[in-house]
Amino acid sequence: MAAPKMSMGKPTADRLPCNTTSFQKKSRSKLVSIPGTRPSIQNGQLIVSTGVTSLDYVIGGGLAVGTLLLIEEDRYDSYSRMLLKYFLAEGVVCGHELYVASALDHPNDILQELPAPILDDIASPKTVEDQAKSCDPESQDAMKIAWRYQHLPKVQTALASSSRFGHYYDVSKTMDPEICQAARCHGFYLPEHSTAVTSPTATRQSPMPETYSSLLNNLQEVIHREGFDGSVPQTKSRNILRIGLHSLGSALWGDDLCCHENPSHGHALTTFLYGLRAMLRSSLSVAVVTVPSHLIQNRALMGNITRLCDTAIALESFRGSERETNPLYKDYHGLLDVRQLPYLNCLVCDLPDNKDLAFKLKRKQFTIERLHLPPDLSETVSRVSRGELTGTAMVGSSGCGSGSTGNRHLDF
Amino acid sequence: MFAELNSILNTSPDSFKPGEFILVSDKHTDASFLIHHFLSFYLRAGCKVCFLGLVQSFSHYSAISQRLGVSLTQAREKGQLVFLEGLKESLGVLLQGEASKGTRAVDFLRDPSSGLRGLYEFVRDNVMGAVCGGEEWGPPVLLVDDLSVVLSLGVSVGAALDFSHYCRATVCSELQGSMVMLVRCEAEEEEESDDEGSERLLRGLIHQCSLTLQVQGLPTGYCRDIHGQVRWITLYICVCVCVCVCERVGKKERKRLRVICSRRLLNALS
Repeated sequence: MAAPKMSMGKPTADRLPCNTTSFQKKSRSKLVSIPGTRPSIQNGQLIVSTGVTSLDYVIGGGLAVGTLLLIEEDRYDSYSRMLLKYFLAEGVVCGHELYVASALDHPNDILQELPAPILDDIASPKTVEDQAKSCDPESQDAMKIAWRYQHLPKVQTALASSSRFGHYYDVSKTMDPEICQAARCHGFYLPEHSTAVTSPTATRQSPMPETYSSLLNNLQEVIHREGFDGSVPQTKSRNILRIGLHSLGSALWGDDLCCHENPSHGHALTTFLYGLRAMLRSSLSVAVVTVPSHLIQNRALMGNITRLCDTAIALESFRGSERETNPLYKDYHGLLDVRQLPYLNCLVCDLPDNKDLAFKLKRKQFTIERLHLPPDLSETVSRVSRGELTGTAMVGSSGCGSGSTGNRHLDF
Repeated sequence: MFAELNSILNTSPDSFKPGEFILVSDKHTDASFLIHHFLSFYLRAGCKVCFLGLVQSFSHYSAISQRLGVSLTQAREKGQLVFLEGLKESLGVLLQGEASKGTRAVDFLRDPSSGLRGLYEFVRDNVMGAVCGGEEWGPPVLLVDDLSVVLSLGVSVGAALDFSHYCRATVCSELQGSMVMLVRCEAEEEEESDDEGSERLLRGLIHQCSLTLQVQGLPTGYCRDIHGQVRWITLYICVCVCVCVCERVGKKERKRLRVICSRRLLNALS
């Protein structure tokens, strides 16, 4: 499972131990501190940052270790790739190990394009502090007229967690190769692996096509060899493995999920995700998977895929659509929908109070904000409809009152 | 265990109807809080529980049950609880599972077309053992969380319905025990395909069960404070309540299911 605070004891053979006594004081000293992680304030889960602080806030503080984040890609796969790169860059900065699998680009190319961290901004950006302060009602002047509303928080549009967890990145620059080299990275590039796969059991009916099987086996091998599942005794300090899987379910993985409405291997991706879930629950790793959901025609299948993941978000970008010119969306690059949040070791999770979220990618920040409808102050909206009503009514009436067109802008 | 839910269902750990097949279903929300409720309910009632945890790890259920006042590890050691950890067993099968370490229970992963026979035999062996074993446990109980995941793994709807039918025959009719199953569905917006797997499974299971608890979001939309509504439907009664699963963190950490309002939609006996 996602490692709780109490379970950092001696590892058993193949999975992390769980707390056996019913009463154990939650003490911080028992937790082996892994850099880049912290316990969640809600339920004590060990969480890591996704690399985007707004996204951390939206999904409840961060990604719990041992869980899977599903990102439904936007149409051009631009922002989902960006999120994947943020995730991997955060791993490099925190010193975690990385595992990147892709069928399209070589993992080394992906790792060379990671955004550069803004390391001199360690004092947290002013926006976070200002908002933290503005929440504090004592720092404001006491309200005299609307004193009933004094205890309510001011409306915040930008979402950010108050503690410094996660870093900021400059998208216009790429990460220094030295920083990147310092991180241990494992790559899985499908064209290299598909020729090497020789299956002596080729006649056996496999629930998954060879591509997913080889990926799962490779991942298990890395986890086992590097000791993320607790199999290697504590010769070195514990670390987290960040797994980034790009564009699973696309045709490049040998899956026809995106090509037909009734795919022949309809359960390939879901079986793979089930195996991935099992692997994540029994090791110190976090995975981010992007899926081109806009190509999947079978909505029920997408529902199955979502339910097998823990956290699921969907991106929809405005680029190239008519929404780009819509004045309502002019500040944003796209919409973000939180499809699912996990209930891990608790009966209820912290639900967001607002589900209308939009994102924008600026040079130094990927912000996710609540989408506010501005108040409709235009006069023509209501007047035209009322004028038309009175106009048509007057035509049929016996002429009491003045002419219809002249009264269009008068309101009684 | 939620006291308010018990009072509405007119059950308690001391007295509950034997031979019940309770179906819990959800659409777009998560009804697993009811599974945790029933798990702690039947463990407190002293029944022998066989739990098929196919989607989460043992420690997840254990952590929540501790907050509800029941220790799963102790129950497992005493022999009151038999827990099948689907995720752990499946990993052995999925990773080149020729010489697999997994039990026969998850054979359906190796060959989805063979159905859930191995899983049923696992259930039967454990549930029969309760009766013949000579221990003082109550009637056997089978809990499944959740059954619709096997559809995602390639098993056909017919095989899943066969499994539930066989389990019902063994557990409910033969041994007078109880069964609780969780099924998760996707709400169909357009009726493109009327053969959609989980809907068919749900309809088949509704026909087999004696009590249905349907958990849905509120029909008026998303609300942060009220998590949703639960409808339960038995032979004569259809009741709809709005619930809020509360958790207060701090000195008084309790989980409770708060019933906001309750309407009797249909009561044929009155």
